[in-house]
Amino acid sequence: MQPPEERDEVEMLWLMLLIRRFEERASQQYQSQKIGGFCHLYIGQEAVVAGAIAATRRDDYIITAYRDHAHALARGTSANACMAELFGKDTGCSRGLGGSMHFFDKEHHMYGGHAIVGAHVPLACGLAFACKYRNEDRVTLCFFGDGAINQGAFHEALNLAALYKLPVIFICENNLFAMGTSVERSTSLKQIIQRAEGYDIPACIVDGMNFRAVRDKLAEVIASVRKEPHPAFVEARTYRYRGHSMSDPASYRTKEQLEKYRLDDPITRLRAQLTREGTLTNEKFDELDKEAKRAALDSVKFAEESNEPPLAKLYDYTYAP
Amino acid sequence: MNMREITYRQALNEALAEELARDPNVFLMGEEVAEYNGAYKVSQGLLERFGPKRIIDTPISENGFAGLGVGAAMVGLRPIIEFMTFSFSLVAFDQVVNNAPNMLTMSGGQFNIPIVFRGPNGPAHQLGATHSHATECLYANVPGLKICTPATPRDAKGLLKTAVRDNNPVLVLESELLYSSKGMIEPPHVELLIPLGKAEVKREGSDVTIVCYAQTVPLALRVAEQLEEENISAEVLDLRSIKPLDEEAIYKSVAKTHRVVVAEQDRPYCGVGAEICYRIQKNIFDELDAPVARVSQEDVPMPYNERLEHAVLPNAEKLVAAVKKVCYA
Repeated sequence: MQPPEERDEVEMLWLMLLIRRFEERASQQYQSQKIGGFCHLYIGQEAVVAGAIAATRRDDYIITAYRDHAHALARGTSANACMAELFGKDTGCSRGLGGSMHFFDKEHHMYGGHAIVGAHVPLACGLAFACKYRNEDRVTLCFFGDGAINQGAFHEALNLAALYKLPVIFICENNLFAMGTSVERSTSLKQIIQRAEGYDIPACIVDGMNFRAVRDKLAEVIASVRKEPHPAFVEARTYRYRGHSMSDPASYRTKEQLEKYRLDDPITRLRAQLTREGTLTNEKFDELDKEAKRAALDSVKFAEESNEPPLAKLYDYTYAP
Repeated sequence: MNMREITYRQALNEALAEELARDPNVFLMGEEVAEYNGAYKVSQGLLERFGPKRIIDTPISENGFAGLGVGAAMVGLRPIIEFMTFSFSLVAFDQVVNNAPNMLTMSGGQFNIPIVFRGPNGPAHQLGATHSHATECLYANVPGLKICTPATPRDAKGLLKTAVRDNNPVLVLESELLYSSKGMIEPPHVELLIPLGKAEVKREGSDVTIVCYAQTVPLALRVAEQLEEENISAEVLDLRSIKPLDEEAIYKSVAKTHRVVVAEQDRPYCGVGAEICYRIQKNIFDELDAPVARVSQEDVPMPYNERLEHAVLPNAEKLVAAVKKVCYA
């Protein structure tokens, strides 16, 4: 069994910085009307995807919902290709045909980018089914929000995964709000993981604001799934600093709540851990951050200068040859 | 070549078995397909032959297992997803409409979805409103889907085999009322592939063209016999595929007969016939000697009562009347 690659923590801190700076640029470009449609930002949740990715192999499968920019970046899709996608350009990771909610990257095993809440959870079962069918030891990581757990597709998928013992890890990124409706107002259970327990799927809760906690828990869960295929469920408790989408002022929550989570910022926390342990200096951090900001800025330039998808190819992607 | 007679059900079973044997990426999944041998026995014996890894029973979770199929197709498996009836596909509408056919475009060409959704479609006999849906007009509206509607055992086998090999989502709309019907077909060792988007003249005629598909094909053939006695020569054109549509075959027949009735099994509003009528008048208006007529279901939910059901369906009386009307007979 091939082990996960050792991912350097400083490298993962850089990834989290890249995600944050990218999202900040995306927000700015959206406000300048360079980006159309819907745009859902991940700021605040970075430790979840970074921790999860740090625990996977590069050939494991990743699938997520519409808040997907970070997952593509974490998988290795370039910031250029991500920003170009937001700009609707031909150089985008989905050739400008998918948009913010539909990022795909076959080369990096990123299977979307799915915008109907819960509808991709059965797809994750299909990815995991294919791995088992082919006797591969890959695992599938399926990310979704707390809103998805009340969709029928989610329930059907969990039952199928448990029934067929599929090597899929369901990762609920619980940011406390399904769009603007809090978990308490949308979910009948006191604990989200009870949803999984109802299908006899082992489940655990992890601090989604803590990179190391996510990585270590996921490493443990993934090792178990890889050894003997079965589904698992992880609730990562996290928080998004921004509204549900760019058009949401998030007036349904208090400033105090937001401030409380900001104080627990995942980037600040990993930075503090690394600094305390002597693996990171302030200078090095500033350098990483500067680099992340530059990559984000460069991606805007790249997107601006890229061509639009050619009109002549409009009909080329409806049917495969 | 020694042609032989088999049922529509057997023909589908042969197609499944041949494709499963040919390609290890093909698997069959659905409610009761394995241990029960299929609700309509289409998958009879397949579990025994191919084992539980490839013939897979599911819980009653159409949305879930249709989606599982789409996910598996993303990484190159070729799922055949059986809906016990296409009326139940409505529970999986999101997967069939939103996920399967959109993926190729949304991913900028990275992920095609080679999947077959199959099962009986259209009204059967007194199944009532929820179990009688003719879904072809719903799905025909969706770019990225292909739809075929076999009416004979030969077409059933040839179209299903082609569908399995297609690199796109294909809906094979079978018919409960046709499963036991018989027809001539090539011997088993002949590789029978019928292309999607190719209609077939099932009966030659010179006075009027009846454009039909699925359950309306045997209906049209019966009506054509009856009309023959009244000296009306009807050509029966079986579309076989709804999408892609064989427009050329329609135009060729209409250019010969100059009169058309579209006999469709779905409902009239935005039905398949509406599209065909539009295309005929747009492209070969000058060939028409009479306005095109349509025979379809009535625009009501299907009643259970037998007499009323008959009145709702596209039946022989309605079709005869429509033919006579366009022939001014």
